[in-house]
Amino acid sequence: MRNVFKKKAWLGAAAVALALAACSQADMGTKTATTTSKEAVASNTVVAGGPVVMRRLTQKQYEQTIADLFGKDIIVGGPFEPDQREAGLLAVGAGQVSVAASGVEQYNKMGRNIAAQVVDEKNRTVLIGCTPANAKQPDDACAKQFLARVGKFLYRRPLTDSELNSRVAAAHEAAKLRGNFYLGLETSLATLLVSPQFLFVQEATVTDKKGNIRLDGYSKASRLSFLLWNNAPDDELLAAAAKGDLDTPKGLAKQVDRMIASPRLEDGLRAFFTDMLEFDRYETLSKDSTLYPKFNFKVGEEEKEQTLRTIVDHLITRNGDYRDLFTTRHTYLTRTLAAIYEVPLKSVNAGWQPYEFAPDSGHAGILTHASFVSLHSHPGRTSPTLRGKALREALLCQRVPDPPGNVNFAIVQDTNNPNFKTVRQRLTAHATEAMCTGCHKIMDPMGLALENFDTVGGYRKDENGTKIDASGELDGVKFNDAAGLGQVLRNNANATSCVVNRIYSYGLGRKPTKSETEWLKTVALKNFEADGYKIPMLLKRIATSDTFFRVIPADTAAPKVAAAQ
Amino acid sequence: MSASERIATRRRVLKGMMGGAAVTVGLPLLDCFLNTNGTAMAATGASVPNVFGTWFWGCGLTPGRWEPSKVGANFDIKPEIAPLEPYKKHLNVYSGMKAYLDGKPPRPHSSGRQAAFSGDVPADGKELASIDSLISDVIGGRTRFRSLEVACTGNPRDTVSRRSATVANSSEGSAARFYARVFGPEFKDPNSADFKPDPRALAEKSALTAVKEERIALMNQLGASDKQRLDEYFTSLRELEKRLELELVKPAPVAACSTPKDPGKTAGENGKYYSGVDIDGVIENNKLFSQIMAYALACDQTRVFNISFSDAQSSLRKAGDTTTHHILTHEEAIDEKLGYQPRATWFTTVIMAGLAETVKHLASIREGDKTLLDRTLLFASSDGGFAKIHSTENIPMFTVGGAGGRIKTGMHIQAKGDAVTRVGLTLQQVMGVSASSWGTMSMQTSKPFSEIIA
Repeated sequence: MRNVFKKKAWLGAAAVALALAACSQADMGTKTATTTSKEAVASNTVVAGGPVVMRRLTQKQYEQTIADLFGKDIIVGGPFEPDQREAGLLAVGAGQVSVAASGVEQYNKMGRNIAAQVVDEKNRTVLIGCTPANAKQPDDACAKQFLARVGKFLYRRPLTDSELNSRVAAAHEAAKLRGNFYLGLETSLATLLVSPQFLFVQEATVTDKKGNIRLDGYSKASRLSFLLWNNAPDDELLAAAAKGDLDTPKGLAKQVDRMIASPRLEDGLRAFFTDMLEFDRYETLSKDSTLYPKFNFKVGEEEKEQTLRTIVDHLITRNGDYRDLFTTRHTYLTRTLAAIYEVPLKSVNAGWQPYEFAPDSGHAGILTHASFVSLHSHPGRTSPTLRGKALREALLCQRVPDPPGNVNFAIVQDTNNPNFKTVRQRLTAHATEAMCTGCHKIMDPMGLALENFDTVGGYRKDENGTKIDASGELDGVKFNDAAGLGQVLRNNANATSCVVNRIYSYGLGRKPTKSETEWLKTVALKNFEADGYKIPMLLKRIATSDTFFRVIPADTAAPKVAAAQ
Repeated sequence: MSASERIATRRRVLKGMMGGAAVTVGLPLLDCFLNTNGTAMAATGASVPNVFGTWFWGCGLTPGRWEPSKVGANFDIKPEIAPLEPYKKHLNVYSGMKAYLDGKPPRPHSSGRQAAFSGDVPADGKELASIDSLISDVIGGRTRFRSLEVACTGNPRDTVSRRSATVANSSEGSAARFYARVFGPEFKDPNSADFKPDPRALAEKSALTAVKEERIALMNQLGASDKQRLDEYFTSLRELEKRLELELVKPAPVAACSTPKDPGKTAGENGKYYSGVDIDGVIENNKLFSQIMAYALACDQTRVFNISFSDAQSSLRKAGDTTTHHILTHEEAIDEKLGYQPRATWFTTVIMAGLAETVKHLASIREGDKTLLDRTLLFASSDGGFAKIHSTENIPMFTVGGAGGRIKTGMHIQAKGDAVTRVGLTLQQVMGVSASSWGTMSMQTSKPFSEIIA
């Protein structure tokens, strides 16, 4: 591998310069700490806000809502329509997708199965909360009581009279057709579960006394709840929304403090980092079982869990500095993972155990976790390019341009020569590789620093008998190995601005507008720095800011966003 | 009589018969429903419906090793498409077709596919409706499934089918689940003498009114792009409603319909998605999917289908090998003696054998004196031409099947850099889409290959 890239570095100077033009550091938004604007905007500066975006519920959000409402024993089933990644996040993609016919078919099937479990004899007493006068007949009073209660959690606001009445009518008619109150209720509940008001998070706006357009209380509650808990609002939050508490700084702060102190913050952080680190790709990750017999689907789940546990422990339990995630040697391992890393665990017990990698182990920071090096490798071998690209895109929020396509075909193909063989010989020797070199230079040096880790995360000193050279550089700063890369990444200004930007986008389901980006840079990022890069504090500042809830009218939304980007 | 009229009539018959009473409709079945040519349902005079499918693979084919030398009929079969030899009289080869980028940045493994299947290379990544969606709008509305998509890699994201920038038709990745979806408990055997409408389906259909009633109030709250997305949701909901309507009427008998074998749990199933870039797993999946799909078509459960053999950049690999098909296309040297990349080319030959496998299943279903393949139009294409350089020129394109006699087959159409959209437009017209032009910018064309439209 190493030789290949060395060879590339020697390719023609002209071609390299051309490639760099398309792949320059400036184009990628690379910056250093010193170039950040010093002119801070006061936190009370009015930010224009952005459009509301209708977001499709993710699989996890759907599952957590059902588990909260009906209990963890209810089987949700699947599969869900795959989420779509946009601007680095599935949460942003959720604001850009609709549902295909096969998706509605699947939602309907899941909704019907969930509803059947809820009204099942063994669950109905607890979950329905009332008993019909006659189980073979409709009972509108009991149906109404149940549908109003669950409808409020599914729609994340109380149902309107007309919504509730039509559901009660549906339960009534279905009970008659199916000759059973519970089957009627099942049919009606299933329609709530297939409704776009459940499947999409939709935000409503109101005009306040000053004439400003604002989110209504329930929409604010959803924004908070999905940001902090990755879940629908709970009873208390909905009650606060109903009372107008979320419209006052004090009431809002009270709820945000409660939510951040809640154990559910862990669900929220896990969901955010699962998204940012692209862990959804584990669903289809495979490794060559001949070359890497230790890897299987379960190991993949553990790799992911190791990193998430480390993150939760570091950011919540220890209230640590976000940047130290790239250097910490503290983690959690299972026996399976210890076998992959080839390290001894103190306890022989199964399950998760805290573990501190030795200073000379080569392991430091989440980049050296199997979850990063394994996810960004080929099934049968490592890929410095894929790893470097992931580091740039997922952790520094930079965009690595696509490799060139078709670029040299016209240049090198001699159409007068009918001999394909010769054309191919020319193609093999042509400068296509040189065209690629510019972009590879911004990915490979970081990726090569991780070459001590094989395609499933195991540590290796040599490859084919040759000692691995893991030195490299990131944005002009040199390092000797993976631990050095972690240290450089820790101190890279893009790493911190990236997580601020991602959390904000994640909370809104869209990219920030120009004025929001400015606010993030000049207010949120500076506060993040002042607060010692503590993520819970960052979440609190965003969730209690005026900016986070500012909206512009829906009808003018589209052109304004386009102009802003 | 159209299907919708038929439904209406049957609904009248069934009216008042709900609530559990068995309805026995005694109708003569089997081959007597086909006329002697096998092209029409004798009882109704309706044409046997044509079906359309796509078959996609990544990383193209090697230039010079698949395009026949001879143009027109009786063309020669080159090595990389040798597995298609047995189906030569049903096969059309389209060579020299090009995707035009019009100065837009090329997206390797995407641009060519987008051009071939959607007639556009979007600068912003927002893809247009794919050709199968355009065709399903004309022929797909009368069956249980508007279309069916499967991915032999097990990855639901591997699909060429989409209705719009915001609606992708994701693939089913597990043969076991695919079987359950089509032939599970909700499947109503069209040839069964007994038919008992399920009161649950009637109750569900009626209850959906509650969801539909929310539409207008919701629409009024939304901005333009969200409105469109919500509209798409309601279009999908309408499909659900139609399916429930179909559940309530006895399906029209279909002579060639029978139920395939349940594949059970396929190897590699991990409880979630079977991730099968291992070539053996993909070959097995393709076999199972193709068989179930052929039966689904024979039973008129759908008239539009999409099979993705690999992902667009073909991550296919051999067990124990550190490389993949994709890596080989870029890194393997062209053997000077052979004139091609032997290891990368091994994959393309296996892929073409996969296409032949799908065709085999379509051809194995007999319908009167014809086969399912005769009324099928299967369009197979890739993400580009020569994968080594991400070429979007000379994209391999094939069709197999006669679309009920509406397309001439056994032809090699040789183009010289014509836009790929000429093929797409031809296929749409063959399948009855009233489109006189298709494609965007340099790829906008109003010139189908009319010489093959019968």
